[in-house]
Amino acid sequence: MAMIRPLSEALTGTTIDAERSGPVLEVNNLELRFGGTRAVDGVSFEVERSELFAIIGPNGAGKTSIFNCLSGVYRPQRGTLHFLGTDLLGLRPDDIAGRGIARMFQNIELFDNLTVLDNLMLGRHLHIDYGTYAALLYRGRAKREELANRRIVEDIIDFLEIEAFRKFPVGMLPYGVKKRVELGRAMAMEPKLMLLDEPVAGMNVEETEDMARFILDIRAELDMTMIMVEHDMGLVMDLADRILAVDFGRPLALGTPREVQSDPAVIKAYLGESDEGPTLEEAAAEAGRDT
Amino acid sequence: MSATATEPNPKVSAKLRRGRPELYTDYAADMAMLNTPGKRLWTGLLILGLLIAPFYLDRSWTSLFITVFVFAIGAIGLNLVSGYAGQVSLGHAFFIGLGAFTGTYFGGTDPNFLGLGLDMAIWLPMAGIIPAIVGWAVAPLASRVRGLYLAIVTLGLLFVGGHFFNEFRSLTGGPNLGRTAAPPVLFGVDFSAAGPLLGIEMTARQRTYFLTLVLLIVAAVIARNLTRSKVGRAFAAVRDRDIAAEVMGVPLARTKQTAFAISSFYAGICGGLISLTSGGRLDPINFAGAEGLFLSVTFLAMVLIGGPATISGSLMGAVFVVFLPRFVEAFAHYVPLIGATGLVTVPQLENILFGVFIVAFLILEPRGLFGLWLRVRNYWKAYPFSY
Repeated sequence: MAMIRPLSEALTGTTIDAERSGPVLEVNNLELRFGGTRAVDGVSFEVERSELFAIIGPNGAGKTSIFNCLSGVYRPQRGTLHFLGTDLLGLRPDDIAGRGIARMFQNIELFDNLTVLDNLMLGRHLHIDYGTYAALLYRGRAKREELANRRIVEDIIDFLEIEAFRKFPVGMLPYGVKKRVELGRAMAMEPKLMLLDEPVAGMNVEETEDMARFILDIRAELDMTMIMVEHDMGLVMDLADRILAVDFGRPLALGTPREVQSDPAVIKAYLGESDEGPTLEEAAAEAGRDT
Repeated sequence: MSATATEPNPKVSAKLRRGRPELYTDYAADMAMLNTPGKRLWTGLLILGLLIAPFYLDRSWTSLFITVFVFAIGAIGLNLVSGYAGQVSLGHAFFIGLGAFTGTYFGGTDPNFLGLGLDMAIWLPMAGIIPAIVGWAVAPLASRVRGLYLAIVTLGLLFVGGHFFNEFRSLTGGPNLGRTAAPPVLFGVDFSAAGPLLGIEMTARQRTYFLTLVLLIVAAVIARNLTRSKVGRAFAAVRDRDIAAEVMGVPLARTKQTAFAISSFYAGICGGLISLTSGGRLDPINFAGAEGLFLSVTFLAMVLIGGPATISGSLMGAVFVVFLPRFVEAFAHYVPLIGATGLVTVPQLENILFGVFIVAFLILEPRGLFGLWLRVRNYWKAYPFSY
């Protein structure tokens, strides 16, 4: 019968060397400009081992830009990025992936024409160890490597409960399943740090709860360090250990969910405030009188 | 799915499997190239049919099949770079020409032109290797642009290369003149002459048929291996989402370079063999300028009509494109207004149909002939239910 391995046995590369001390990720004074627009403007934070660190902020605040800097898609003009002691600045995305950072995208970036299996196997790309010439013959080592990695991918399929979609082209799948496949692809990379960009965007309550359960399970089983960007405040407040709030690229607040929630700058960014006109309550009262 | 590579299950007994031929009991069976009894049966029948066909076909049909086999190798090559890796190339004819003249340089025996007169066992691999090296070298230029821009860059390559072919007269013979190609003498066996092959007496055509058939099968199997390996997956990833592919650890420039090199290798082999379809002569004009562009478009048509990103589609596309003129010729007499006295001549009709088929497939069935086959297969899979 199927031998279901615990995730920690299938994905052994996710553990961070116990000897290491200090934060997993150090971001210092990060600055990213597009022409005159400062998408990220002096953001600094540290992510500790096994922490679930969330980044929140209104639309266009620069959350995804921070992720793009971390994964090497954008190159920031200023600041430093250190992951487990190595400098990430100037590295190509595939180098950064090789150092153990995996990412789930905001707008699903799966390979639409490939099956779920192939998408997950692409997550294993860096761990499948044979060259182009071996691929031409598909014997011996190439075949062994494919089989061994297929098995790991099947463990992930098991974990995410997407067995039924194994052979489907991803483009045909419903949204919620696609998101799950994307989480699986990031897991397949066997990372030491996972970046989750809006993992529950556009999902209904049930799908959101499923995703939350997967995130909690990954943390529990793999002791995974995660950074999450999310608009679903309920999810963020429930799951995150610490939160960084940003707006217009600038950091507003950094702290525990409780601290950030009550921070006046954060409330201002989300709800706005008025200097001259009436406050929200006054405006409501005004509107009520008219009717 | 149960058994695994590390803890193999005892094979499920035939009795239990009865009636469930597609019940996989290990991942290796699921990942095999011919992973269903249907695929095994039809592939076996097809190869068997192709093995006995030349003994029943007349000369012109045998020649047509030789052309199919040679073009199919080139179509597979173009499909690897354009269908799988998504890098549309109009420069395929350049690499075919380069393979043709490289092969002729190493194997040519015509004393009036350059030629080393080596055996096919040397000149044919060289006809692939040299274009592969050139493809590897030009890929960094090409991989900086994509889509339409890439098509134009590769078109430029085609014209620059065409000029080189036309002017390098001591090797190519010059435009409209040409030269004799390298003779297909493999390990001392001349495939352009009649004689026995594996103990069976054959005509020159039949011998060429089997030579090209075997080369095509080898080329197709290798391509299929490549596409189901991590390299093929990386190609498809670069095609579908290049940024996501990079974030997954697929090096973008390197992957495109590999795709170009392998595709050029296939084009070169196709070029090395192309003189077998044209009476043993090579004319540089066929790979240069407008003629070269037409050749490139012909190969693109094979990929598009056959089915992008499928190896069997490349084969179907080659069959379709090579056989189309023959069928148009055969049926043109039954259609009014066609012929020397009508509105369009037969060759004109061929070109028109060629264009119509490309457009029709792009709009109606982008998966090509392979897609049509999938529809048929899925229909019969569920028969008599609609789904």
